[in-house]
Amino acid sequence: MSGILLLEQALNGLQLGLMLFLLAAGLTLVFGIMDMVNLAHGSLYMVGAYLIATATQASGSYWWGLAAGVAGTALFGVLLEVSVLRRLYRRDHVTQVLGTFAILLMCNETVRMIWGSQPLSLNPPAALSGPVELLPGFFYPAFRLLIIVVGLATALLLYLLVTRTRLGMQVRAGASNRDMALAMGTNVQRLFTAVFGLGAALCALAGGMLGPLLAVQVGMGESILILAFVVIVIGGIGSIRGALVGALLVGMVDSGGRTLLPMVFESLFGAALAADAAPAVASILIYVLMAAVLFFKPRGLFPAHG
Amino acid sequence: MVDSNNARTSLHHTLHLRAALPVFLVLLALPQITAALHAEFYVTLATRIAIFALAASSLNLILGFGGLVSFGHAAFVGAGAYTVGILMQHGTVPAAIAWPTAMLVSAALACLIGFISLRTQGVYFIMITLAFAQMLYYLAVSLKTYGGDDGLPLAGRNTWAGIAPDDTALYYLALGALTLCLLFTQRLLNARFGQVLQGLRENPVRMQALGFPVLRTQLTAFTLAGAMAGLAGTLLANQGGFVSPSMMQWSQSGMLMVMVILGGVGHLYGGVLGAAAFLLLEEVLGHTTEHWQLGLGAMLLAVVLLAPRGLASLRSVWTRSQT
Repeated sequence: MSGILLLEQALNGLQLGLMLFLLAAGLTLVFGIMDMVNLAHGSLYMVGAYLIATATQASGSYWWGLAAGVAGTALFGVLLEVSVLRRLYRRDHVTQVLGTFAILLMCNETVRMIWGSQPLSLNPPAALSGPVELLPGFFYPAFRLLIIVVGLATALLLYLLVTRTRLGMQVRAGASNRDMALAMGTNVQRLFTAVFGLGAALCALAGGMLGPLLAVQVGMGESILILAFVVIVIGGIGSIRGALVGALLVGMVDSGGRTLLPMVFESLFGAALAADAAPAVASILIYVLMAAVLFFKPRGLFPAHG
Repeated sequence: MVDSNNARTSLHHTLHLRAALPVFLVLLALPQITAALHAEFYVTLATRIAIFALAASSLNLILGFGGLVSFGHAAFVGAGAYTVGILMQHGTVPAAIAWPTAMLVSAALACLIGFISLRTQGVYFIMITLAFAQMLYYLAVSLKTYGGDDGLPLAGRNTWAGIAPDDTALYYLALGALTLCLLFTQRLLNARFGQVLQGLRENPVRMQALGFPVLRTQLTAFTLAGAMAGLAGTLLANQGGFVSPSMMQWSQSGMLMVMVILGGVGHLYGGVLGAAAFLLLEEVLGHTTEHWQLGLGAMLLAVVLLAPRGLASLRSVWTRSQT
């Protein structure tokens, strides 16, 4: 086991964690402020990736495609909130699950009708397609580095937005005690719409960043949605800080487990068992992590509600 | 209880025999009816509906009557199915051994998962049950000896006194299992245990203050629901002749939940109505268009916005609009 490999795994984990954070940030706010289970959050990620891929093809530039796709998805999110989701806030969780599950089905099928069942390809800009030499002898793909930079920058911006602005203050107030925020004169309706639009834009950004690495296809939202749920539950629902910590934990544990566990198992139990058991253990590792966190802290690491 | 004679909060559940008995008699004669109409395919569909009705009803026991929103119920269905499949791979074919074993395995898993999950509440409970179901899903994917990702084909059906049931016999087995479980659930709900369970749904803090055992009651219900889901799993494995990890996927848990909500949360026949409506809708829409999920989504959304308490509540919505 070399230091280079460890460094590479750490960067991969950081990259996955930051992208999960983009998804989880919007989800945790919707969850925390509106007390709403939103299964359709992954659909925004999918719609974002499709819009970005299409806009990139149309304009010929990844950056224009990214900008147009993020803006389009934010608009889609706002429309979704105003037309349907708004009616679900005051309902119980079970109804919200059913309603957003219905939206998820409709999004998947509409995307399939417009773009077909074949995965779309989204190419990173040519300037970033090669590797860069970070340390002597250690090459890392430039686009993955960009993902890390974008993720860190977005996390910083979100932090400033939540802690330094009036909107952020209202968001925090709403997350810790919605009724009190309402009584203090926060325009909750407008706040909800803004938060939802912001969450949708973050989803699209993650879709555009991960699109070149994973396939842009129907159903891409579901698998990552579960990971985002794990993240916000570990972090504590409604807490941006919790989402960041949870996302980095999940990212590190997941990508670390997938590469390191086979080696550890091989040295402990021999190659035959390692080939069989290691992938299984690696894939359930984050769920074990979540169950363990909830066992000791039933409301996550950083509970937002007072 | 101030409003115990109000239909919504009544803890007493009748069998609604005046409506249920004729339906049951028609279902009993269904194989003969379809044979006369040369539409035997519908027996297979009816078997599928009965199996999912059983799975959804078992979820309804904890979700509807216990107020425990479990998002991992498909794991117990899958555990039952896998037990049947694994036993059969090792040569254990008689249903008299395989089926009770499957129910026991599912019940044991439910007991273990419930014991940890019931420490949490609300959204956290939804998520931790989901996490455990995902663990079992990935466990099944990694079981290379038993098919792994591709699933495990069964050599045949479990035998009853040495005879493997044909499609009609399997239909009667599914119908019988569903009927027994519904009767059992109805008795359970009207017994002291069921009353306590429903009381916990309404106000756990007050129930605890009154000295009722919160965890023990909820865990018992969770375990019973797991056993019933395991039974549904064995039937499903027998019908399809195949078990696969996708049976435990979270979308399956979501579908079971949708069935319960569609039919009516906390209504004795909620799971049955929901499963029938869902699968029939899927069947009809699937024949007319390949984009049937769009129509399904639209219908679900309409139910959420227009009939908030499921299909079983439509009658009361109707009568209320008449007065």
